[in-house]
Amino acid sequence: MNPQYHGQYGQGPPVGQGGPVSSAGYGGPAPGPPGPRPMYNGQPMQGQGQFAGPGKQMPVQNGPQMGPPSNMGGPQGDLQYGQARPPGPGPNQFPQRGPAPPGGMGGPRGPGPNPSMMPGQGPNQLNAQMGNMNISGPPTRGPSQPTMGGMPPMGSSTGMTPGYNTAPVIGGGSGPPSNLPPNSLGGPPTGSNTGMPGPRPHGMGGMMPPRSTPQPSNTYGGPPSSSQGLPPTTGGYGQPNSMATGPLGGQPPISSSYGQPPVSMGGMQQPGFPPPPSSSSGPPNMGMQPPGGMPPPSSTSQGNFPPTSSYGGPQPGGPIPGGFPPTSNMAAPGFNQPPTGFPPMGGQTPVSQGFQSPGSQDMSHGQYGGNQPPQFNQGFPAPQPGRPGMPGMQPASMQQPQKRLDPDQMPSPIQVIQDDRNNRSGTFSTAGKGVVPPLVTTQFITSDQGSCNPAFLRSTMYNVPCTSDMLKNSHIPFALTISPFAKLQTEEHPPPIVNLGELGPVRCKRCKAYMNPNMMFIDGGRRFQCVFCGAATDVPDAYFAHLDHTGRRVDSYDRPELCLGSYEFVATKDYCKDSILPNAPAFIFMIDVSYKAVKCGLVNLICERLKKDILLNLPKEIGAEKSEIRVAFVTYGKEIHFYNVKGALAQPQMLVVSDVDDVFVPLLDGFFVTLEESESVIDSLLTQIPQMFSDSRETEVILGPVIQAGLDALKSADRAGKLYIFHTSLPIGEAPGKLKNRDDRKLLGTDKEKTILSPQSKFYSQLGQECVSAGCSVDVFLFPDTYCDVATISDICRLTSGNMYKYSYFQADLDGDRFIEDFKNNVQSQRAFDAIVRVRTSQGIRPVDFLGNFYMSNTTDVEMCAIDSNQAISVEIKHDDKLKEQEGAFVQVAVLFTSVSGQRRLRIHNLSLNCCTQLADLFRNCELDTFINYMSKYAIRNTLNKSPRETREHIMTEVANVLACYRKNCASPSSAGQLILPECMKLLPLYGNCVIKSDGIQGGQDISTDDRSYLMHLTNAMDVKSSCAFFYPRLIPLHDLDPSGTTLPSAMRCSAERLQDNGVYLLENGVSMFIWIGHSVDPDWIQKVFSVQSAAQIDIDKCRLHELENEISHRVRDVVNQVRAQRNRYMKLTIVRQRDKLEPWFNHFLVEDKGQNGSASYVDFLCHIHKEIRNLLN
Amino acid sequence: MATYQEFIQQNEDRDGVRFSWNVWPSSRLEATRMVVPLGALYTPIKERPDLPPIQYDPVLCTRPTCRAILNPYCQVDYRAKIWSCNFCFQRNPFPPQYAAITEQHQPAEIIPQFSTIEYTITRATCAPPVYLIVLDTCMDDDDLQAVKESLQMSLSLLPPNALIGLITYGKMVQLHELGCEGCSKSYVFRGTKDLNAKQIQDMLGIGKGATSAQGRGQQQQQQQLPSNRFLQPVHKCDFSLTDLLGELQRDPWPVAQGKRPLRSTGVALSIAVGLLECTFPNTGARIMLFMGGACTQGPGMVVGEELKFPIRSHHDIEKDNCKYMKKAMKHYEGLANRAASNGHVIDIYSCALDQTGLHEMKFCSRYTGGHMVMGDSFNTSLFKQTFQRVFSKDAKSEFKMAFGATLEVKTSRELKVSGAIGPCVSLGVKSSSVADTEMGLGGTCQWKMCGLYPNTTLAFFFEVVNQHNAPIPQGGRGYIQFISQYQHSSGQRRVRVTTVARNWADASTNIQHISAGFDQEAAAVLMARTAVFRAETDDGPDVLRWLDRMLIRLCQKFGDYHRDDQNSFRFSENFSLYPQFMFHLRRSQFLQVFNNSPDETSYYRHMLNIEDLTQSLIMIQPILYAYSFSGTPEPVLLDTSSIQPDRILLMDTFFQIVIYHGETISQWRQQKYQDLPEYENFKQLLQAPVDDAQEILQTRFPMPRYIDTEAGGSQARFLLSRVNPTQTHNNMYAYGSGGAGVSIYIVIWWLSSHSVLFSNIIMSFIYSNICLL
Repeated sequence: MNPQYHGQYGQGPPVGQGGPVSSAGYGGPAPGPPGPRPMYNGQPMQGQGQFAGPGKQMPVQNGPQMGPPSNMGGPQGDLQYGQARPPGPGPNQFPQRGPAPPGGMGGPRGPGPNPSMMPGQGPNQLNAQMGNMNISGPPTRGPSQPTMGGMPPMGSSTGMTPGYNTAPVIGGGSGPPSNLPPNSLGGPPTGSNTGMPGPRPHGMGGMMPPRSTPQPSNTYGGPPSSSQGLPPTTGGYGQPNSMATGPLGGQPPISSSYGQPPVSMGGMQQPGFPPPPSSSSGPPNMGMQPPGGMPPPSSTSQGNFPPTSSYGGPQPGGPIPGGFPPTSNMAAPGFNQPPTGFPPMGGQTPVSQGFQSPGSQDMSHGQYGGNQPPQFNQGFPAPQPGRPGMPGMQPASMQQPQKRLDPDQMPSPIQVIQDDRNNRSGTFSTAGKGVVPPLVTTQFITSDQGSCNPAFLRSTMYNVPCTSDMLKNSHIPFALTISPFAKLQTEEHPPPIVNLGELGPVRCKRCKAYMNPNMMFIDGGRRFQCVFCGAATDVPDAYFAHLDHTGRRVDSYDRPELCLGSYEFVATKDYCKDSILPNAPAFIFMIDVSYKAVKCGLVNLICERLKKDILLNLPKEIGAEKSEIRVAFVTYGKEIHFYNVKGALAQPQMLVVSDVDDVFVPLLDGFFVTLEESESVIDSLLTQIPQMFSDSRETEVILGPVIQAGLDALKSADRAGKLYIFHTSLPIGEAPGKLKNRDDRKLLGTDKEKTILSPQSKFYSQLGQECVSAGCSVDVFLFPDTYCDVATISDICRLTSGNMYKYSYFQADLDGDRFIEDFKNNVQSQRAFDAIVRVRTSQGIRPVDFLGNFYMSNTTDVEMCAIDSNQAISVEIKHDDKLKEQEGAFVQVAVLFTSVSGQRRLRIHNLSLNCCTQLADLFRNCELDTFINYMSKYAIRNTLNKSPRETREHIMTEVANVLACYRKNCASPSSAGQLILPECMKLLPLYGNCVIKSDGIQGGQDISTDDRSYLMHLTNAMDVKSSCAFFYPRLIPLHDLDPSGTTLPSAMRCSAERLQDNGVYLLENGVSMFIWIGHSVDPDWIQKVFSVQSAAQIDIDKCRLHELENEISHRVRDVVNQVRAQRNRYMKLTIVRQRDKLEPWFNHFLVEDKGQNGSASYVDFLCHIHKEIRNLLN
Repeated sequence: MATYQEFIQQNEDRDGVRFSWNVWPSSRLEATRMVVPLGALYTPIKERPDLPPIQYDPVLCTRPTCRAILNPYCQVDYRAKIWSCNFCFQRNPFPPQYAAITEQHQPAEIIPQFSTIEYTITRATCAPPVYLIVLDTCMDDDDLQAVKESLQMSLSLLPPNALIGLITYGKMVQLHELGCEGCSKSYVFRGTKDLNAKQIQDMLGIGKGATSAQGRGQQQQQQQLPSNRFLQPVHKCDFSLTDLLGELQRDPWPVAQGKRPLRSTGVALSIAVGLLECTFPNTGARIMLFMGGACTQGPGMVVGEELKFPIRSHHDIEKDNCKYMKKAMKHYEGLANRAASNGHVIDIYSCALDQTGLHEMKFCSRYTGGHMVMGDSFNTSLFKQTFQRVFSKDAKSEFKMAFGATLEVKTSRELKVSGAIGPCVSLGVKSSSVADTEMGLGGTCQWKMCGLYPNTTLAFFFEVVNQHNAPIPQGGRGYIQFISQYQHSSGQRRVRVTTVARNWADASTNIQHISAGFDQEAAAVLMARTAVFRAETDDGPDVLRWLDRMLIRLCQKFGDYHRDDQNSFRFSENFSLYPQFMFHLRRSQFLQVFNNSPDETSYYRHMLNIEDLTQSLIMIQPILYAYSFSGTPEPVLLDTSSIQPDRILLMDTFFQIVIYHGETISQWRQQKYQDLPEYENFKQLLQAPVDDAQEILQTRFPMPRYIDTEAGGSQARFLLSRVNPTQTHNNMYAYGSGGAGVSIYIVIWWLSSHSVLFSNIIMSFIYSNICLL
């Protein structure tokens, strides 16, 4: 967590100055994560101390040097900023505050150093923030953490200053107080460096400064804002989060936090800080910071500590410490902080975690003000001072970010992903209990050693608290995200099928758990003891085997269920409806043939491609030659047309049912056929359909009866299956399920939004339940031109585990391929029908809540009519008793289903988890992506029950609670102003914010009601991989592709700041894909890719990449294709030219930025969260 | 005119009319004392190839309340060019085109021999007839194949411009769109849900705007388009329809063991009616329903799905133990009324071993004048030839069917019409000719017959309204005019006018005149129709009692006997057969339900209700011919005494043709004497009844069941059940005394022996009557 931050910072720093040290730190971070973390924390503390101001960063980054000073400066700086911002850009601040300027000055220095440092590392953050100030300053100070210096002044200076300081703090704000101003400005350095320079490390100290600079502006927006956009930022925060970010609150608090400085701070983060800061910190901060010994720290390892630690390895904290003596030791940090209190700590502390703490503090300021970072910093710093010990801590932790945190100093998903990819690619063995799997973004091969592939099952935590209290305390939900039929890598083996004949699966007699590798055989193999409930069950004679000397069955390795985490059993009649073995499933293709459908080319397209792309690719059993799936065809408008395509017929027969009030299936024989037996008739049908309806004039389409008809058909044929419905418009035909147009986009984002996001009638919900009981899944492909009430229609998809696709303004020639790809993909990925999922857990815990697209008629069985490889459900597990630490916790997911060939089977996934009694263990073994996945689904549910505000606040509260818990229980004590993030969760604030900003959850009026509902529907069934990409889109630069490369270039953080005018970027989130073209992009590039002379000539209505024979074109298409291949849906490519009308839409996906609808930027959010945490801690 | 016999025959030949009384009692009171009501059997479109084609419109009486048509009985003033109406005495000028009229130059309608004349209304549009096939697909493959072939064959018999449509049904009802290329198309309806015309119209997307767009040609054509999808000219779709029929499979829905197939006859028919109703109202159209079993679901359901519950029997009906019957009848009656009011005919071809619900569905045919055919299987010549005969043509190669007829009766003042019995519905039109009392469908002077064929005969009943003390009406004659407007199978609109006149006689003084004019055959048929009509609503025994009473009263009134001497009883010649007819009627399947299913009863009654006098008499009293070496074939008494070992009997009951070989003949035949050259005469003897039977088979519609049996054969029961069991019970009477005496004795014996079953009152009544005799 923190470490990460640190890490980032660290990096920065290391580079910069402490290079060595810090660097070490960095390196450390990554590697040593686990251990480190604590260290980090510790470090942060220290760092903070120093940091408080830039110092920290300094320290961190710069290593000791900066450290101290930075701190000083930092805090102050922050404050200043804080204040400043509100008013105006950093500069302004200065002016405003008399002191500020100086501070600024100081800042600069601090930053300067930082920056210098930064350059290498994270100076960015800091610098960025500091920006303004820094610019100039940076260089100078760079080295030193003078920032600190800045601090002092700051503090002293004015409230403003303080805020400022913070910023600078980082920088090395430590630097002399005088610096402060500069520090804050520290920005200056940053400025210079701005983005680059100190970014990370300083992030903290420097942060502020940087911000001031342009870059920072973004991030910190706030602070910088002052200079740049700060004010706004702040505003952003405040507003968005409610945080109080508002300059107002912010400031005051800050001041408090920092003490006076806090004030300034306050400006920044006010809210958050306020409390803490105000309290002690306030003045102290200032003082503190300076003393923060930022210098010291800085001196020490300076940047290192904080930065390093943070970065280094956050965990590596270790390194950091190493880096700095003080820091080096975890303890140190810990201590440091306290001891260092400010100064001292600062120095050292910084080392430690510098990051967080520093970051935080700085951040805080920054943040608040403009950005969170600052806050932190300040907060910390200030606080630190106030409380000697504490401060230290804080700084360490967050420090980095300074006021306006430099975005680069804030935990970066890109970095996290990259680190994980670097460290964990390859083979992942599931042998160990409770091993956290690699991230979903990492390519790895799973070797099933008794626990299932994480592709099937991921948990939010792999170390489960033993008690309910502990779990509650952590606020981390214990949730599983289950994709029972996830697609595996080609190198991985599908779960083997075990056929025990009439014996059927062997199960525990009491809890009915299925045989699995964790069952313990006793009595010489005659009985086995259930790992879930402890009951002993006799082994059926047919299943008996002797045990070897270790107590294992001799046939352990011959039986998948005794050695693997995932396998399938062939079910017996007892597992079938009415004890009759099922028939092969069926697909019914139901095509809207109304005027609209014909006109947009849909009918033609489907009929033309259905056979080639779909029917020939029906899913089949692995190894089977042909698909057993039955297919049937229906068209409809105002009435329903069924087709008899019996092979014996000379031509297809159409049976029209026009009694839509009471629909029924007019035929049995010849409706469901297999492709080979009726191929010619189907061919002729598909030729006929477009002709028959070419002059369709039908505009009133029905939908309810269509679904009823499909359901009836499946029922009467006694098959499970899917309906594929291709529908164009709101069903206004006079029939059951008729919907009225109730669209009112104005309601979105208001408390009344749930009225239009919930189904308008119960019809589809009830129908959905009927479908469920018949094993009929409904997939709807929508091709609307206008509102068609996705909220209502999607309900049936939700209940029946169906998918929904939406192609607005569909035109066959433009969107046809996309639709067909999706369709094909969908059909091929179908794996299970008429399924029931049951989750069993060890005694002491049990599944209590289920989220996703399915239906439950009781509290334990999840009924899913169909499961494809992309579908996931989330299950929350809670304690109903205690777990025993030594025994661990087990989860078994059993899916009873009908396979694509009509075989009734059970797929079993087992997962073993560890238990823990220490929160630290819990926090060390968390899986953030799964957490976010769960959180988003939970938010979707809230959307329909609560007001948007409550939903949003719930997420923020959760985020703050988790972090606060960590802070309180796991992190070494530090200043309250410091933001300390656990390594595994350091992206939590970012992702949390992304969830909040997501269109599906907080969509405002800028998207249509249907889109909103559609996204909600999608989100609800996302697996971890999809949600990960969905909430934090991938941004890939295309303009500088290496033509010879074959892999995807590394992604960038989603922020407008990162886009260059001469660049071209690909952005995708699994649902949409954009190519953004800067206005001064190389025309040659355009020519090569789009074969037009300038971006202006690209026909953005026809977004297709031409197949041009040149390397760039090849490479670009290759990238696009690779990206598409990774996603479940074929994303529509939209081309956005810089500054043209689509750009705002594109910007919408730059999730680190402030949203158009007032949603918080990353920085703002971080500040707010920090404030919340502080509130909680107090 | 020599005899009444000849007079009657002549009138029948010319006008298609037979009256029960050919001299009418001149007062109401006298008329009621005649016992047998004054009635007429009128065959509206009796084949009259000799009629001149009249291509102009009839001349009507100008009195608005009269509107009678100029006829030979009108007095014509050739000089003044004026004619006076014989019904209302209105003097009417001839229309201008009659200016050239003189005594020598008369228009056909006033020439006496053209008391029946037919006008063709040329300005009326000629809509081609519509044939809508409604086919049950729940049958054996053999049956289905047979019916498919019959239908395919019928396509070639239809006029090419006729419109044809196809509905098939089983569990579902499918309305086929004809003439689709590449993909056959049909609309499917649930078999359990009744739909009204409006719903059908909506569901089929037809008839939209039919009300809004009256008259404009183009629009009309567009309107027709949708319906044309279902009803297409034969010449356009015969290929596709042939293919469609060829591909028809039996209903694919599985039938569980112990269940009947689900058949939605009620809905199918409802859709057919609804479709025609909204596409071709008031145009000649036939719905031809082919069903292979009873309706088992939905409205019109006759029997449940479970085989263990058999279809209702007369016994159940009596006990009021049939849960579906009333509802079903209501359904079908409703449909029949709708079809009738739109001028559409419903034919029912029912072939199954078990009952199919004709009892419930009888209204469909009765109200619309449709055919009702009952057989065992579609795969029999009975059905195949019957069906073929539906499309038989006359000498002018025009179909022997007509559509949408309206029959109006006008009477002179002393007479009023009190009702009609036959395949028609009342149009509820009041006029001065309508009597207060009702017989059959009364209260109207107009009836509608949606479908009729040359044999179709209606029974009309009249009431004399002259008061007892009033003088014999002026001129001494009463007049009745039957005006039938109908759509000829060629599509022409025609009007046939029959005007009849009969003398009045004062019964109190001239009873012998009146009794001489008695037509016992017509009277028997009229009584039979009346009895059957009553039987539909009344209790069976009540009807029999009523018949008995009427007979006894007639005997009392017109018999000639000495009190206390049974043997002295005599009837005049023209009454002599009447008791026999009544006797056979009493024990016929029309009134006796024992051993018949409700379906059979309905079927038999239906035929009696339609057929003309001759055929009706055969139904009432089967004809029995004897063939032997002793002479030429001769008619013999329908009596057990006629069964002789050395005779071959040929019995025609209308519904069955039975050839019965006497014991000896049968033995000879078994020994193959007929194959020996020296027994050529035996061969001829065997062949003779067969040839005669063939002759009957050729012309009869529906085709009778042909039974070839011999003494002791199981099928001999068909004969034995019909003959009069004299030999076993009647020895006490003078067997073989012949003539009317025998008959009446039989009747009397029969009445007495059976009346023990009746209540004491009846018994005493009958005994007292016997004493009278």
